[in-house]
Amino acid sequence: MSMNSTAIQQTPKSQINFEQVKKKQRMKNFSKGMLFLLPSIVLFSVFLFYPLARTIYLSFFLTDAAGATTVFVGWENYVTMFTSPIFLQSMKSTFLFVLYTVPITIIISLFLAVIANEKLKGIGFFRTIYSSTMGISVAAASVFWLYLFHPSMGPLNLLLNAIGAEGIGWLTDPSWALFAIAITTIWMNIGFTFLILLGGLQSIDSSLYESADIDGAGYFYKLRRITIPMLSPTLFFVVTVTIINAFQTFGQIDILTQGGPVNSTNLVVYSIYREAFVNYKFGSASAQAVLLFIIILLMTFLQFKFGERKVHYQ
Amino acid sequence: MTIPTGRKVIFYILLIISGFLVFAPTLMAFAMSFMSNKDIMTGSLPTSLSFDNYVRAFGQFPLLKYLLNSLIISLVIMLGQLILSSLAAYAFVFLEFKGRDLLFFVFIATMMVPFEASIIPNFHIIRDLGWIDTYPGLTVPFFAMAFGTFLLRQNFKQIPKELREASQIAGMGDFKFYLTVVLPVARTSLLTLGVYGFLTSWNMYLWPLLTTTNDNVRTVQIGLKQLQTQEQLNDWGVIMAGAVIVVIPTLILLFLGQSKLQKGLTEGALK
Repeated sequence: MSMNSTAIQQTPKSQINFEQVKKKQRMKNFSKGMLFLLPSIVLFSVFLFYPLARTIYLSFFLTDAAGATTVFVGWENYVTMFTSPIFLQSMKSTFLFVLYTVPITIIISLFLAVIANEKLKGIGFFRTIYSSTMGISVAAASVFWLYLFHPSMGPLNLLLNAIGAEGIGWLTDPSWALFAIAITTIWMNIGFTFLILLGGLQSIDSSLYESADIDGAGYFYKLRRITIPMLSPTLFFVVTVTIINAFQTFGQIDILTQGGPVNSTNLVVYSIYREAFVNYKFGSASAQAVLLFIIILLMTFLQFKFGERKVHYQ
Repeated sequence: MTIPTGRKVIFYILLIISGFLVFAPTLMAFAMSFMSNKDIMTGSLPTSLSFDNYVRAFGQFPLLKYLLNSLIISLVIMLGQLILSSLAAYAFVFLEFKGRDLLFFVFIATMMVPFEASIIPNFHIIRDLGWIDTYPGLTVPFFAMAFGTFLLRQNFKQIPKELREASQIAGMGDFKFYLTVVLPVARTSLLTLGVYGFLTSWNMYLWPLLTTTNDNVRTVQIGLKQLQTQEQLNDWGVIMAGAVIVVIPTLILLFLGQSKLQKGLTEGALK
């Protein structure tokens, strides 16, 4: 009450120089807004926008070992990149890797989320277990799987031997290594993807299921006709994140295969790392980085355009 | 709504089998970290359990120092992200000024730039600042965070605008309102974001690999890589002990905050 009355009393006075006050207020608002945003803007500029611009700039130059530009070469880094069999192999591996990891991660996590969404006793325990891989770092996960993939002692090959099959050179056979990296990655992704999908499932309005129950709908009918369509925005998000993550894969490769055997696991980020920080060719490494940036940008847009039509919004 | 018993049994069987499969690699690592090397090599079940592997892992490597480094770095990044994200979110929700929508778009745009695509100049910046092998070099580049800003913005939006108007009439400035009203109201979201920030920072790999060259600031993740590459004798027990030490803090954090994290991440991601 008292607040209202003071506000009313002040009104006539401020009407006199209304425009001026408004202008002043606008300036004040602007500087205040900037004050709150300044820390983020400064850091984004220094560690994100400037480096991105600098990457594009570097991709047109040759550099010395310290990273200073020496010779302007125009598009030559790009031309070399697209004609280099090693890099083309790297691109092929990267796309194959995305193809391996994304669908399987989504299917497994969706299955886990659906069964963990039932109202059963002790379900919290299972949810914790399924999300556990999110807490396991890439270094630790890679060490776990390094042993699992071990040619003679590894449980996977022991299992194969036990059923009479021959052991696989998981990390040494060029036709298996990428798949082995994919398995490790899928396992690591499950925790996060599961958690997001479970959250999506729990936010579905339960009255939908109740009315379906009254109509006598079966379990799989409800899954197909209610759960999946209602979950589509979440699925859409999860697919995008998994694809982007797959393009950024690094740690698993550094510990498990170092890009080998015969470059079969030399995925794009590892290739950038090797070119820049092992070979000190910052120019051509930057060209690869620009390509990575463009791919991820395209993926995001494509996902958005393609995904939106199929997505069900409430 | 009750579930028929037959279906219940099927669900429990599925839950248990999947649970075992998902957790098997972790369980194996835990078991191996307590086993003697002989047991591991012969592939037998553990005949004796001991802390020997842990003693040796800590003895041969400055693991304690690595753990402390990781803890400091993760906490600093977490705090930096919380402060910067909440300040930015406050501006996007409560302050009206020219260019706000443009800046919001800029924040969205940052999410489309993968860190790996700008890592080369970033490394050079840190080097030129003399920040190689320092805590600032390992933390400051990660303070600004669009995802955190969006997550908190979503939460701040639920605070009624009238509350701010009332507090302004009462003579409370924006910064004080942010500190005494907004932050306490949003503490659950802040906690979620904090846990998320800590987890991701603790698990960071590529950046510490590039910017640390000595034990003074090296993180435990890179320590584990070293442990794995330097153990010539295939001493898997020690390596697994190291891996277990690395994952224990994050697993505990995840077990404690799983339900909150799930709610918070879903909110930030989807709305």
